[in-house]
Amino acid sequence: MSLSDEKKALICLIAGLLRDCNHVAVGAASPIPGAGALLAKAAWGAPRHVNILGSVTNNFFTGGGGELFDCAAQGRIDAFFLGGGQIDGEANINLMGRGDYPLSQPRWPGTFGSAYLYFLVPKVILFREEHSRRTLVDKVDFISAPGTSEDHVYRKGGPFGLLTSKGLFHFKKDRKRFSLISVHPSSSLEDILDNTGFDFDYSVDVPVTNRPDPVLLQLLDQKVQSKIAEVYPNFTETIFANTG
Amino acid sequence: MSLSDTIVTIDELVAAISDGAKLAIPADYAGVSMAATRALIRKGVKDLHLVGAPTTGLQAELLIGAGCVRTLESSALTLGEYGPAPRFTKSVREGDLILVDATCPAIHAGLQASQKGIPFMPLRGILGSHILDHHPDWITLQNPFNDSEDPIVAIPAINPDFALFHAPYADKEGNVWVGRKRELINMSHASKSTLVTVEEVIDGNLFDDEKMAAGVLPALYVDKISKNTGGSWPLPFWYTGGGDDEHLKKYMQMAKSDEGFAEYLQRYVFDESTPA
Repeated sequence: MSLSDEKKALICLIAGLLRDCNHVAVGAASPIPGAGALLAKAAWGAPRHVNILGSVTNNFFTGGGGELFDCAAQGRIDAFFLGGGQIDGEANINLMGRGDYPLSQPRWPGTFGSAYLYFLVPKVILFREEHSRRTLVDKVDFISAPGTSEDHVYRKGGPFGLLTSKGLFHFKKDRKRFSLISVHPSSSLEDILDNTGFDFDYSVDVPVTNRPDPVLLQLLDQKVQSKIAEVYPNFTETIFANTG
Repeated sequence: MSLSDTIVTIDELVAAISDGAKLAIPADYAGVSMAATRALIRKGVKDLHLVGAPTTGLQAELLIGAGCVRTLESSALTLGEYGPAPRFTKSVREGDLILVDATCPAIHAGLQASQKGIPFMPLRGILGSHILDHHPDWITLQNPFNDSEDPIVAIPAINPDFALFHAPYADKEGNVWVGRKRELINMSHASKSTLVTVEEVIDGNLFDDEKMAAGVLPALYVDKISKNTGGSWPLPFWYTGGGDDEHLKKYMQMAKSDEGFAEYLQRYVFDESTPA
């Protein structure tokens, strides 16, 4: 599998995770999740509504930048994607920077809407391509948004799971732990154990992630590529370079 | 207000922004006035307090690099696909900036409180985030309508001196058309006054057509307007299309070093010829 094939496989996998949703919103710097959401809509008409932040043609909000957050607070967004420079074993995420705040080294862009949406969107999918001990750490240096909260804290949403370039984990809220669901064909359980900085639950016979459905791949090239290019021209150029 | 008072040159537009001003600026996708940003750098303004509404990008990056900023209040500073913002990263590393890190809905809520003339807005989420520990103004309250323990964060009003952005149209009365970018309207309602660069100043009145009227920021809120076709360059503009990819890549190259950034400013900011 080439790098762009691997990225396309992630897009197809994400599409499959969104079939049970009505409204999926996708935030900043998220070309793969954005493509996944648009692909699911193109393939199954589910999710019915997809909003890509930064897009003009694939954004139906008319209430300004705050509408996304109001929508989430009312339970009108079913799934959202968050990432982070660091993610730890309790699903805390750090979008701020490595080291001691405020003199972060390096400093990353900042927390965006994560400190809010993580509490209010039922199915938050953590997506971080780089699967290494640098990104998947035992404890984040800065909590932009916590993975879990105490019982008295108003919280309608939280982490559904974590998708990386090596595998898919579910998050078990009651255990405050990730559990490995499948390993991508380019990786192995050993590889994942070597490159994950936190402890997680797994079975020694954990399955291999299904290869993407050729029908989905075809739809991705034909219908979704041009839509995602509007917001992510450089990304699109990279992964669709050889598909004409 | 007479026509000549409202429609001005770019230098006249930024003349009112003095050292230490608090400036609300939109995210890179909502219409950033890069023309006014360059004029501000040429003017040599200092100690700005920028409010990214709710995030910011190249505009704050350039102003920070040029030494115009004291405080950055924002949910993020991002150059999107182009990667980490070089001048911002350096400035944070060296402790040159006061950082007021927020989260997007909190910036919206602070501006909304200002719009409504109320001291604060309560907001869900945030509890347990380290931004709450570091933010100088936010506090946690008990929800007064709940008998059980129910903490909620209070976000004080954000009342900028100016909202500054780029929009498609203005008319000669000072009305500005922002379409469905309603965050620009919120920013303006929340700020003491508003400065706008536009692609075009049209004849007639934007309220003449009800289809346009729904997306109008009324002249009541607008202080000055300057016509700058392409005023969001090199950023993309939602109304006219894509950004200048080649230029942005060149910026990333040049801004890696202090010398390269100084050369960038000289070439693209100080030597820029502006319409009178």
